[in-house]
Amino acid sequence: MKDQDQTESGQVPMMQKLLDNPFLLLFIGVASPSILYLGWGLAEIFTLPVR
Amino acid sequence: MSNLLPPATKIWWNEPIHRNELIWISLVFVWGLIMTFMMPYWHVVGKQNLGTETYKSTPAEFQLKVQEFVDKFTVRNEGPRNYPVVAPPAGGDVYMLARLWEWWPILELKKGETYRFHLSSLDWQHGFSLQPANINIQVVPDHEHVFSLTPNATGEYSVICNEFCGVGHHLMIGKILVVE
Amino acid sequence: MANTTFRTCPDTGLKLFSTTETLIKANAVLGVVFLLIGGTYGLFVGLTRWQAVHLLNAQDFYMVLTLHGLNVLIFWLIFFEIAVLYFASSVLLGCRLATPKWAWTGFALMLIGAVMNNVIVLQGNSTVMMTSYVPMAADPLFYLSLILFAVGALIGCFVFFGTLVVAKAEKSYEGSVPLVTFGAITAAIIAVFTIVSGAIILIPTYLWSIGVVSEINTLAYRLIWWGFGHSSQQINVAAHVSVWYVIAAVLFGARPLSEKVSRTAFLMYILFLQLASVHHLLVDPGTSSNFKMFNTSYAMYLAVMASMVHGLTVPGAIEAAQRARGHRDGMFTWLRKAPWGNPTFSGMFISLVGFGFLGGITGVVMGAEQINILIHNTLYVPGHFHATVVLGTTLAFMALTYWLVPVLFRRELILKGLARWQPYLFGLGMTGVSLFLMGAGTLGVPRRHWDIGFAGTGGITHEFPAAAYTMLALNGMSVILAVIGGAAFCVIIVGSLLFGKKLGNEKISPPIIAQPVTDEEYNADGGSAYAIPGTMALAMIFFVSFALYYFINWKYLAETWGIA
Repeated sequence: MKDQDQTESGQVPMMQKLLDNPFLLLFIGVASPSILYLGWGLAEIFTLPVR
Repeated sequence: MSNLLPPATKIWWNEPIHRNELIWISLVFVWGLIMTFMMPYWHVVGKQNLGTETYKSTPAEFQLKVQEFVDKFTVRNEGPRNYPVVAPPAGGDVYMLARLWEWWPILELKKGETYRFHLSSLDWQHGFSLQPANINIQVVPDHEHVFSLTPNATGEYSVICNEFCGVGHHLMIGKILVVE
Repeated sequence: MANTTFRTCPDTGLKLFSTTETLIKANAVLGVVFLLIGGTYGLFVGLTRWQAVHLLNAQDFYMVLTLHGLNVLIFWLIFFEIAVLYFASSVLLGCRLATPKWAWTGFALMLIGAVMNNVIVLQGNSTVMMTSYVPMAADPLFYLSLILFAVGALIGCFVFFGTLVVAKAEKSYEGSVPLVTFGAITAAIIAVFTIVSGAIILIPTYLWSIGVVSEINTLAYRLIWWGFGHSSQQINVAAHVSVWYVIAAVLFGARPLSEKVSRTAFLMYILFLQLASVHHLLVDPGTSSNFKMFNTSYAMYLAVMASMVHGLTVPGAIEAAQRARGHRDGMFTWLRKAPWGNPTFSGMFISLVGFGFLGGITGVVMGAEQINILIHNTLYVPGHFHATVVLGTTLAFMALTYWLVPVLFRRELILKGLARWQPYLFGLGMTGVSLFLMGAGTLGVPRRHWDIGFAGTGGITHEFPAAAYTMLALNGMSVILAVIGGAAFCVIIVGSLLFGKKLGNEKISPPIIAQPVTDEEYNADGGSAYAIPGTMALAMIFFVSFALYYFINWKYLAETWGIA
């Protein structure tokens, strides 16, 4: 029984493993907008030239 | 199994996708690419692309510059509030400031000429809404926003405020005149 | 331990733990209370905008508008969403709720925050709109109340994630979580980013308001605040799409056309939906066009693709289930035979169509970097989001509530005749609100503006076309219709909880949940159920409308002044 479980989980495709892992999803779901939106935007706003 | 139950098969990722779903996904993916392409494309061929040139500034500094501009190019005073009407040289720099609750000064521009606009607020945030041309730009204090505008028709245009700026918000209205 | 007592619902077979059940009830009921409060404020807003009525004075109008936004956009929706999260975890996975004490703590913080916020704004010196853009300042307690509410909601999200862990550890389900639970995970992830953004900006702003911090960068405030303000509306999208899937399952026994497609669509939300926060910054100084174009397109419109996929797979799953159950004739028999008199179905379907056609298309079109110049801060923007958040989310939540009352409260609905019509009434009213606000916005009418007649400016005026006044009047009438629909909902729900016939432990007849469609049913007739021609036809109509409207707006843009 145990062996069978292991072989089965071994065959689970990568994408399904990702979608079955809420905490990994939480990480990328927070990281993505934090970098692409907040990080990028703040970098531009805080490097504006002074007149 | 139903939407409310775990998938019937343990490994569902490898199940084939129905043909109709595949057609739709392909269609909307291509549509997404077209929409992605439209924005940079318009930067190349379109005439309406808001410039993003911005400088850190202070209200005092900006007010000084607007005053200098008004002193230099005022042609007359006009209207119920006796505002200066400022007619800068065609193609030159123009300044407009927003403050509670007015747009200052009145500008007189020439149709078909391109002007370098400098826009900022002396206090809170405001919304530059040019009507009826329907051009809307956020005005934020401490930042001088520089972009260009090219009027394409003559007439009297209103600048109304479309960012809430306190209880006098709806009193905030200015003018841009476009002449031949 | 009290936390392990449960009952099995005689109708649905769902395992309802008593702590979960109480928490879902408490959150949902409070949500409805704030909907009632916020909706009432909305009536005043609509009647003031109607220039011939012009109900409130300027000061009251701006205060009431602030309250309207916060109560419905934040308090109603998030309370209800916490209920949805607990339902999708503890109830659907059949396990106890993790750390109920924390769940109650979160609930208490949200309640305190929401009540405190209303009280503070009503005192009159925090009329700053929902956005509270610095350097316009509110009472320090205004920011504090929002922080308390946000912390409470964050606790709710972590109770949800904790419950997923408990369910997995206790093996209360096999394999992957149900699709609906996956949708709820998506909503919760977006909620975490939302609330963290809110904390990053509101805590310094609170410190600024009490004098500890000297200055808040105005552009950075806008950027981070919209990470909170816009993303919170993306929680709604993920949540109401999940609710559509719930309703497809309970009314039709539908399963996803494909687990892979629907889940991948949710993954696109997780990755990219929150980037749309930039929609509010497209005509801001300070950030580059590259930043704006990349974020506003949700990275090549992948999150839009996801919404369009859900827009196909939800009705598609219903069509396939209906066909499998025998409604195979023609293109639309499956739809004609749907229970249009059941508010759970009609509400859900109006939500789907309204969100897609009115909310979705307009949102993407005005989210094009340059087209945004035409509509930023005009009434078009509230027009758009009344289609997404009210017609889409609120109506979907109402539809689900009709189904939840007998399941959770074991009470029969009262006023069934009224309930039958309520989604149509509310849907029609809100469609009007949305269309007429967008119409006025197209004519340049500003949002958050008390008087477009410009009386009192000392003679400097602007004349909006007469059509703008007509639009605002029609909007006022639509508001009245929508408010009657909304009030009907509150009366039916609250009335049912208090006076509805007690159902006890008997099975309700006719049954309120459809048996899941079986493999045999799907595979009968050579699997033709999956062909979904009706849904494909509807999807094509949608696509053509979308493309036409998109290019028409580029044409409008080309007609205005040159801007560079």
